[in-house]
Parts: sequence; C-alpha cells; structure tokens
Amino acid sequence: MTAGEPREGGLPGERELRELAAKQAALGEIRGTPAADPVNAPMIRHWLDAMGDENPVYLDEGLAPPAMAQVWTMPGVRRRAGDPSPVDDVLAALDAGGYTGVVATNCRQTYHRYARVGERLTPATRFTSLAGPKRTALGEGYFATWDVTWYAETGEAVAEMMFRVLKFRPPRNQEQPQTVEPYPLRPAVSPDTAFFWEGVRRGELRVQSCGDCGELRHPPGPMCPRCRSGNRSYAVASGEGVVHSYVVHHHPPVPGLRPPFAVALVELPEGVRIVGGVVDCPPGDVTVGMPVRVTFRRMDDELTLPLWKPKERR
Amino acid sequence: MTTAGEPARDEAEVGAELPALSIDLTPTVVISTALATMDFTPVHHDPALARAQGSKDVFLNILTTMGLVERYVTDWAGPGAVIRGIDVRLGVPAYAGDRLTFAGAVAARDAGEITVEVRGRVSLGDHATGTVTLSLPRRGEEGR
Repeated sequence: MTAGEPREGGLPGERELRELAAKQAALGEIRGTPAADPVNAPMIRHWLDAMGDENPVYLDEGLAPPAMAQVWTMPGVRRRAGDPSPVDDVLAALDAGGYTGVVATNCRQTYHRYARVGERLTPATRFTSLAGPKRTALGEGYFATWDVTWYAETGEAVAEMMFRVLKFRPPRNQEQPQTVEPYPLRPAVSPDTAFFWEGVRRGELRVQSCGDCGELRHPPGPMCPRCRSGNRSYAVASGEGVVHSYVVHHHPPVPGLRPPFAVALVELPEGVRIVGGVVDCPPGDVTVGMPVRVTFRRMDDELTLPLWKPKERR
Repeated sequence: MTTAGEPARDEAEVGAELPALSIDLTPTVVISTALATMDFTPVHHDPALARAQGSKDVFLNILTTMGLVERYVTDWAGPGAVIRGIDVRLGVPAYAGDRLTFAGAVAARDAGEITVEVRGRVSLGDHATGTVTLSLPRRGEEGR
C-alpha cells in the first residue's frame, strides 16, 4: 500500500505506482456510458455561438464540429460518476503519493469522420502509460496518458483522443505571494480517501458509492455494506445539508483553531452524514435542523477543507 | 464542396501565414464556452473558488481551447475544409481579462492534406501550440 504521506528519501511509492499503472493498462479499453443525448442541432448551435464560429457547414449539413467530440459524453452538473475509468485509480494513487498538483499537458484528437445529428456516441477509455518520476518546472511528477475513443452505435470509431496530464508534487519552499502559515491539522489521505480530497480540490463534495449496486456510503470504506462488492465509485453531492447533531468545543485547545468552535454532523439529502466544522456563524447560533451548505476553504498553500456555513448566507 | 467565392486555400503554399485572430477573453467568453462544452468544473465559472485555489481568475477549459483552435483554422480554410485532427500542447492558463491571439502558418502539404501550425498566446506566454491537419476535398467528393 502507498503511504498517505510521502515517505522520506527515495522515490515514494514508485514501485506501487508502476505496478498499478501496468495493471490498469492491462485492463484495456473500458466502455463508458453512452451520451445522454444524441448529436443534436441545439447543442451544436450553442457551441458555435459561444466559440464565435460562423462556419455554416455544421448546421447546414447536420454535422457536429469535430472538436465537439468530447462534449457529447461530458457528465453534466450532477454527475453520477458511474463510469468505472481505468484512469481514476492511477490519479488517486498519485494523489496519495503526494503528487497532488495536476496540469494537462497534451490533447491530441483524431477525427475519423464528422459525427452526424441523430447519432449517439459512446466513449471508451484506455489507460496507456505512466512515465516518471521526472523533474519538471512545476516539481517532481509523473506523466499519465490515456486514450478515449468515441464510437457510433454501429461500432464505428468516430473520434479518438490522447490526453496527458502531469501530476506533480507541489514544491514546499516555493516563494509565493499568497504564502500563509501551514494549517497544523492535515487530513490523512490514503488510496481509499484520495478521491474525496481530489474532489475537494476541484470544489466537489464526493461521496463514495458502490460500483455495483450504487449504494452511497461515508466515510469511505473498502466494501459495500449492502451488497459486499469491492468495486468503488463516487457521486458528487449537491453540497446542501442539514445539521443532524453538533458540538461546541471549548476545551482543550486545538492547534490552528480558536475555541469556541462548532463541529456538526451534517445530513446530506443524498442520504449520508458527514462531520465538518461550521463557519460564518457564531457557534452559539448553530442548531439541530439548521440548513447548511458546503464551502471549500483554503487553509494554506496546499490544503483546502470542506466546511459548512448557514445556507441563507453566501 | 468548395464553391466559387469561398477562400481558395487549395493553392496555399508551405509557409503561407494565416491571418491572426485575437479574442478578448471576457468572463462571458470563458463561462459561455465552458457551459457550451458541458464542463461545469467550478474553476471555469466561479471566480471566488478559482482564486481560492490559487488561480488569478476563471480560465478557459481545454475543450474550448480545442474548439477555438478548430475555429481559427476553419475561419481561414473555409467551410469546404475537413478537419482530420488537432494536436495541441497545452501551456499557460488563459484567464478571464486576458486576450488570446492566434497565429498560424501552413507547415506541410501532402496529397491533399494540409498541416497548419498554430500558436495561441496570452499575456503569460503560449497557451496552446500545435498542429491542425485538414483536407480540402474537391467538388463532389465526400470528405466528412
């Protein structure tokens, strides 16, 4: 197992990362969920308008702009990440190994033909390679590469994409104008919980779900308590919640926090409960049943925490 | 399906430059393109959250970068062009409030296929550099 914190000396988790990458690559191409909608004129018109693209050929001939390939199978706002992707586990393991920074470096799309209005595309993802560790301008990191192919209902490949990201270890002593004191309380990030913290970095509240029966659970665990499946996925919660219970902490002192402060057990409409601090509200005003909303607060240069604030305020 | 009056790109020589295209990256451009590409990642529409994560402002998403590169080349090549591929190396972020300026030139011609080199720059440097491959089918040919 990869340790939650980067190990001292050497190359943290290098062997584990290589083995995982080889395993994920060996899975081959994994099919995703078909697009929610077939290729359609309203979405094409909207895209052309936003891009400022006045090429008449698409709407005249019922063709999708080829660069829209990925658009058709984007997951939407309240995505259910039901699609098992061979890439997710590799990115989560890199996070757990301390390579928490991410930047996309390459996107290469090949269009076999233009998708036509009425066609429903299905994506399929193949993890291809993990290269590293390498020294880069951003810090030490790994290049992760995967391929996505979009198929028509006939099984014909319409478009392909090679996508590469650099997952890097943010330098610790980097001179930054916004440098703040490191927040003393660090979450223990493990391969089991890396998806949650990756979500926090993106401003998403992720709840683990069973990859088979879809049951949600929190905190994350290795096995579904309902159907005992070990396949894991996650859903993105709406971010709304209600205080189910809470405590106001006065004593003893906690590093980085000034008492009194409130910690709540928040019940999500999705059906799970999550523990978190309540902010933007005097602790004495917290009540059971109070509607709250998640807020992502930057604690220091590396850490963002999901906290809760009264729902009425923004 | 090139018709009379369209830009005649058939004769474009290697080295021929494309006219520049400069796009004012207003928040409206960044956000409307993020939504049109179905990318709801908050850093592309929520300035407070983008700043909390260390970004200067909201910034263009990659699907939009690909779309703008495609538009830049078809603006020049005309509606008869068939885009075969886009290969982009991604650089610095394109933040709201900045300006994205494309330059390009014909890099190769081979059996009806044209490769155009494209560079999209913002104030911080190169946002996207790469190539677009296209063909220009003759009248009556089915290209797409």
